[in-house]
Amino acid sequence: MFGRDAIVSEIPRLRRYAQALVGDAARADDLVQDTLERALSKWLLWRRGSDLRAWLFAIMHNLFVNQVRTPARVEFRADDAMPEAQTRATQADGLALRDLERALAELSAEQREVLLLIGLEEFSYAEASRALGVPLGTVMSRLSRARVRLKTLLDGQAGGASVKLVK
Amino acid sequence: MTANSVRDDELHGLCDGRLAATRRPEVEAWLTSHPHEAAQVEVWRAQNALLHRAYDRVLIAPLPARLLDATKHSDRLLRMAAALAWLALGGIVGFLVRGELPAAALQATLPRQAALAHAVFSPEVRHPVEVDATQEGHLAAWLSKRLGGKLKPPHLEAAGYTLLGGRLLTGEGGGGNGAVAQFMYQDAQGARLTLYVRNDASGSEAGATAFRFSREGNIGVFYWIDGPFGYALAGNSEKAELLRVATIVYRQLNP
Repeated sequence: MFGRDAIVSEIPRLRRYAQALVGDAARADDLVQDTLERALSKWLLWRRGSDLRAWLFAIMHNLFVNQVRTPARVEFRADDAMPEAQTRATQADGLALRDLERALAELSAEQREVLLLIGLEEFSYAEASRALGVPLGTVMSRLSRARVRLKTLLDGQAGGASVKLVK
Repeated sequence: MTANSVRDDELHGLCDGRLAATRRPEVEAWLTSHPHEAAQVEVWRAQNALLHRAYDRVLIAPLPARLLDATKHSDRLLRMAAALAWLALGGIVGFLVRGELPAAALQATLPRQAALAHAVFSPEVRHPVEVDATQEGHLAAWLSKRLGGKLKPPHLEAAGYTLLGGRLLTGEGGGGNGAVAQFMYQDAQGARLTLYVRNDASGSEAGATAFRFSREGNIGVFYWIDGPFGYALAGNSEKAELLRVATIVYRQLNP
């Protein structure tokens, strides 16, 4: 594929990553839209034959970082505002996914990006390092911390729920 | 580093499938005597799986029109460069924007949809399919039910391709139930082919068509219609290779 359809075929992945990254579906699509517009305005700078996906994710990263720098905290959607997620998930699954969303929101933006690029988008460590513009060592330490913290957060949520039951 | 000292980043590498094949057995052996680290790797793997369970649905969701529109706004040079791509894209856009597809013949849209679905899912490393081939019976039953017809993934071992599994995709809104199945195959070198199946071939003037070939960018597609089913075999392989496999698929479906 080439040109515009090559970009269009990357949109589903950009959306998946953005949704996990910012939580809210509409805001995620805003981020994807900004990414596409920026990519097209810089299209002539893209070196043909180089990795289009990596380039698009790098653009999205830059836009996301600029958003995060503004003090407004990223808002995550309310508990009952996840219609899509439940179409194929069982109820128990739905709860687990909601816990995951909340836990991701608690990670720092830097940790969340690394965790999602590698765990969800299956970037290699070197690809993640290029997309985020940080050294490989930084990717690895962020990944390590993100995974430890995610476990703590997910365990904590489960613990919290059982404490409530005991009361 | 020797086999008896394993670095933290190697544990991550194992979990993410990024560890060199030569190093992998050593790390795995080391883990058998280090249950704490082994448990940690399992937790990370579970985290990856959870992320996919939570967000893979986005991959198959129809694209909002505004995102497709965003790819249209561009400077004049891009327009010129993309002019050819535009021509090839009409069908894909129709497929992605639910309900906007004109009542075009299935035949006209089939290869483009199949190529797009191939481009989206075949690069997935760890989760290329929803239901993997170890549950083939379940896979066949599930997709048959969703497509409303009897459907069984062809076996292509003889052609050198192993079934990885399949997934359910969303077709366009109108007509039929809009469900589409995709089966994915892989050869020994890791090259992937996908078989795209729709069951809403309209009232069928002919009922069956000959093989046709279409090239969508660097993806080749052989496609044909047989009764209510439209089939398309897509891959980045040579045309001759695709034809060879498509012929085998056809024979299995029509014994």
